[in-house]
Amino acid sequence: MKILVNGAWRETRSSELARALEELGYGASVVSTAVNGEFVAASERAAIVLTDGDRLEVLAPMQGG
Amino acid sequence: MLQVYQTQLRSRLMLGSARYPSPAILAEAVRAAGAEVVTVSLRRESAGERAGQAFWSLIRELGVRVLPNTAGCHSAKEAVTTAHMAREVFGTPWIKLEVIGEDDTLQPDVFGLVDAARTLCAEGFEVFPYTTEDLVVAERLLAAGCRVLMPWGAPIGSGRGLNNLFGLKALRAHFPEVPLIIDAGLGLPSHAAQALELGFDAVLINTAVAQARDPVQMAGAFALAVEAGLAARQAGPIEPRDLAAPSTPLIGTAFRG
Repeated sequence: MKILVNGAWRETRSSELARALEELGYGASVVSTAVNGEFVAASERAAIVLTDGDRLEVLAPMQGG
Repeated sequence: MLQVYQTQLRSRLMLGSARYPSPAILAEAVRAAGAEVVTVSLRRESAGERAGQAFWSLIRELGVRVLPNTAGCHSAKEAVTTAHMAREVFGTPWIKLEVIGEDDTLQPDVFGLVDAARTLCAEGFEVFPYTTEDLVVAERLLAAGCRVLMPWGAPIGSGRGLNNLFGLKALRAHFPEVPLIIDAGLGLPSHAAQALELGFDAVLINTAVAQARDPVQMAGAFALAVEAGLAARQAGPIEPRDLAAPSTPLIGTAFRG
């Protein structure tokens, strides 16, 4: 399955968001996620099923003004 | 003490965390500023780099309160989604709400700002809206549920100080009870002192400190200026006048009469 992760196309085997994040290398990271522009809380990640072409945002703390 | 939402703050100087030469200098600048509140943001994390994880550890070690922003958002919808993501990652209901309307000046889109503020306040966020000095917009933001306003001094990063003194003074006079924090555009400690002298409750500084030749020394200079400005405000400054008023008593002046 191909999904757009932070603006770049990535291939994943898992369609469940929590598993896809691990597969993409975000397993132990403090991140927040949105799918197709909608916030997905960490507690909901196991229940979210991704489909081909979905847009996934994975954001982490960063410097800001 | 300054009360913002349920939090009492001793320091009137808030610091941004971006554009420092190194994380170590950022940490030292926060200490030199005596800042209790530091702004942070969210960005796309690449799985390999984990830059965000290191930054978050550094901020937690500083023991400050974080104020996440929605920088880079150009619509109410983007800002609301980003606020939710920030609340989860940073574990705070505080959000510095930015909805940018124009890229040359980074001027807030006040229509999107009010929309997003209404949504977020209803969802239990404690919103710090980055706004202009416009009184009508300020009214709308307060009606939306904001209990703090963050008017700009000048465009973000411009270092121009308080650009519209008349407008800012009017805002202060119109909302005497609302905490007003000058956010953006200050370049010098004297600008910060002026803001406090005019009765603004605090200032948020980033570029002026981070991009100074010596950010740590500049952070200390801003801390002194903010303290001086607040003390001056509390001491009751004189009103400016057009003509001279002799400071030395005239009674008994030599060579007269």
